[in-house]
Amino acid sequence: MTKLISFSFNGRSTTLEVDEERLFLWVLRTELGLTGTKSGCGEGFCGSCTVLVDGKPERSCQLPMRDVAGKKIVTIEGLAKGGKLHPVQLAFVEHDALQCGFCTPGMILSAYGLLLENPKPTRQQILDHMEDNLCRCGAHVRIVKAIETAAAEMREEVRS
Amino acid sequence: MTRFTNEILEHLGIDLPSEVSRRKFLKIFGGGIVVTVSANDLLALQEAPVRRRFGKALPEDFNAFLRVGEDGRVACFTGKIEMGQGVVTSLAQMLADELEVSLDSVDMVMGDTDLCPWDMGTFGSMSTRFFGPPLRAAAAEAREVLLELAAEKLDVARDQLTVSDGVVSNTADPEQKISYAEIAKGQTIARRLDRKAVLESVENFTIVGRPVHRTDAVAKVTGEAKFSGDIRREGMLYASLLRPPAHGATLGEVDASGIEAVEGATMVVDGDLVAVLHATPDGAQRAIEKVAATWETPELDLDEDSIFEHLLKVAPAGEVVERGGVLDTGMSVSNAEARHTYLDGYVAHAPMEPHTAVAEIVDGRCTIWASTQTPFRLQTEAAEALGLPENKVRVTPPFVGGGFGGKSANRQAIEAARLAKRTGRPVQVAWSRAEEFFYDTFRPAAVVKINAGVGDGGRITYWDYTTYFAGSRGADHFYDIPHHRTVAAPGGWRGGPGTHPFATGAWRAPGNNTNTFARESHIDILATQAGIDPVDFRLRNLADEKMRQVLETTANHFGWLEAGAPSGRGQGIALGIDAGTYVGLAVAVDVDQSTGKVTVKRMVCAQNMGLAINPEGATIQMEGCLTMGLGYALAEQVRFSGGEILDTNFDTYEIPRFSWLPKIETVIIEAENDPPQGGGEPAIVVVGAAIANAIFDAVGARVYRMPMTPERVLVALQRSNVDR
Repeated sequence: MTKLISFSFNGRSTTLEVDEERLFLWVLRTELGLTGTKSGCGEGFCGSCTVLVDGKPERSCQLPMRDVAGKKIVTIEGLAKGGKLHPVQLAFVEHDALQCGFCTPGMILSAYGLLLENPKPTRQQILDHMEDNLCRCGAHVRIVKAIETAAAEMREEVRS
Repeated sequence: MTRFTNEILEHLGIDLPSEVSRRKFLKIFGGGIVVTVSANDLLALQEAPVRRRFGKALPEDFNAFLRVGEDGRVACFTGKIEMGQGVVTSLAQMLADELEVSLDSVDMVMGDTDLCPWDMGTFGSMSTRFFGPPLRAAAAEAREVLLELAAEKLDVARDQLTVSDGVVSNTADPEQKISYAEIAKGQTIARRLDRKAVLESVENFTIVGRPVHRTDAVAKVTGEAKFSGDIRREGMLYASLLRPPAHGATLGEVDASGIEAVEGATMVVDGDLVAVLHATPDGAQRAIEKVAATWETPELDLDEDSIFEHLLKVAPAGEVVERGGVLDTGMSVSNAEARHTYLDGYVAHAPMEPHTAVAEIVDGRCTIWASTQTPFRLQTEAAEALGLPENKVRVTPPFVGGGFGGKSANRQAIEAARLAKRTGRPVQVAWSRAEEFFYDTFRPAAVVKINAGVGDGGRITYWDYTTYFAGSRGADHFYDIPHHRTVAAPGGWRGGPGTHPFATGAWRAPGNNTNTFARESHIDILATQAGIDPVDFRLRNLADEKMRQVLETTANHFGWLEAGAPSGRGQGIALGIDAGTYVGLAVAVDVDQSTGKVTVKRMVCAQNMGLAINPEGATIQMEGCLTMGLGYALAEQVRFSGGEILDTNFDTYEIPRFSWLPKIETVIIEAENDPPQGGGEPAIVVVGAAIANAIFDAVGARVYRMPMTPERVLVALQRSNVDR
């Protein structure tokens, strides 16, 4: 059923008139026109479509608009502020933690979600948290290093 | 940061789409200094197969060029594409090094059929190997032209000039200087490099590769990088297509009345294409689910287990691809013999980006944005499908989200082009994951049979090797064996019709994963029979100095303890050659004897790849190969029933995950005086065999079939217990 659905989208309040059954990924990539969030498997198995919902990583391909209402959504386009990369993005660049780059936005948001919840994760906690984000190029080793670096960087930012 | 083709074009003042031929293009360029270059001599070995496969020769005049613009920026045009392997960075880096400009001032225009010279496709770890040297030579030529002009302008002798960061200065008076931009201004100089200059440049490689970060990284971490599915055109429709339940199925009745429930959905039938179109991708998906159809599916009693018997039955008589000595003589001096059959299943490419394309036809000219490794082949295929001359089709690949060989096939782009023609609207076709698994050109299932013997001193006496559908890549061995024969079925890994129940194709290092698994497993078996440690055994049978060095480097970095397998330690080693690169891998594994589960704890890989243009990029490729290789070694296999593909998503088709991650260590052996070799594939070929050998070392059980799933390891354990 078509409804007015309001939510915070990358820091701006947004209202859409949209079928509440529709999945957020498609509304995001079409109506909202932001294509950084990728569709890799369509069934929630790969993590390419990960966005943050109230700070928690969620699969946007499984997320009906109904559940977006009233939430705070952050996509990959909402991370860099004023042309300055977010520490997680920067760490991915510095560690070359990507190859084809298709899974990267989902990886970064999953990692950011982890660090919001647990600023000082162990390596094992990083592996566990990232388990269902798939990468085919084999950038895993560097992604783990990038997350460790980003964690340290973000703790530093909080302290200063 | 990488600039995108459109920005670069805008910058150059080129307005597309318009009809542009390559020669015209040089005129359009107008000012600046253009150097064209041919990679044909380096590609000579590839030339014949190219002609055969594509009915097309490499362009005779040039196949890459670069331009130093009037603003001092350097643009490089090549038919290669970027799919994660990093050539957007490594090729730019070579130009920047040679021209003495910053990496930031190089723009790469890749794979655009209007702008770039014809190219056969991006595969085979060839971009850096074959295009690196000529591009570098072109850059050296451009620098010479710039220096000559600078000498004139500054009125200083050429040998008194030095270049740094795009600025030429007088060594005697550093204040006297001129930038490339100032030099190039008002110039229209075109140079063409001849064969001699290119080859000289290969010999004179002087700059050793420096680690450099990817130039496309910022675009990829911000979501700005555009993939084919991110292209938006005015009035674009999303298509979902009706798909058969199995390969070989024929369509009966179609009832599309159900799509009325989806507002805005329309059905299009174009020959064998049945599609629904909608203004949103999810709308099209919902609508296609409401189309009912009947299918006639042929009976085909084949699955992932019975396929091997079938393959051996349909295999044509093999051809000897290599031989030496007399096998019977070798057999007569053997103390022990081993005969085994090795099996390998179908494997999917499964790139994270499924095949996607957008096609638009304006004024009789079609533009296609597609995830493709073969833009020029696609141009030909699309022209044929649309009934247009080739110059009315432009293919312009955005970033490609992984290929691994799978995106050499362009079915999705042809579908988009046909639907665009039929509807008069731009159309996007983005395959679902199930479609991706269904139409993937799988790495073929294959069988390898080896019969070999070992004699006095732990020397291999004979080697009789037959490969069925694993092709010849990696089939030939590099050991010093007096009597040997390698037989491969003609036609390579695909086989004729009736061989495989679905499409097959090249998968990262085609055939070599299977061949190396078989060869290196067998070498270890011989070592055990001879009672010699696997590393020692290989050294006794290797005369090739380069390979000995790779082996010793691998073993030393790993800390190999000579013990003879099975030592209980779980260490395994394997060697291979792919794309000109020599590679060695040692692994440490844990085997859970109650479940059969294998955990790889550590991987140490050394390779000799000649000059590493971008060592950081080469290391990333090695890590990627090793990580991806865990999949085909331990878990990946396409399950099927006749023409029906049973794996449709990542819930059942397992690819490597974070929890699989071993400690990975890589070594690039210094060989900067040798020409660059392939880097995108070699390290993956040794993963299966190294793990198989480590499993044997851990628990004394030999697994002859990949993937080495827990079930198969358990069976091997039971068999080895019975043997004891």
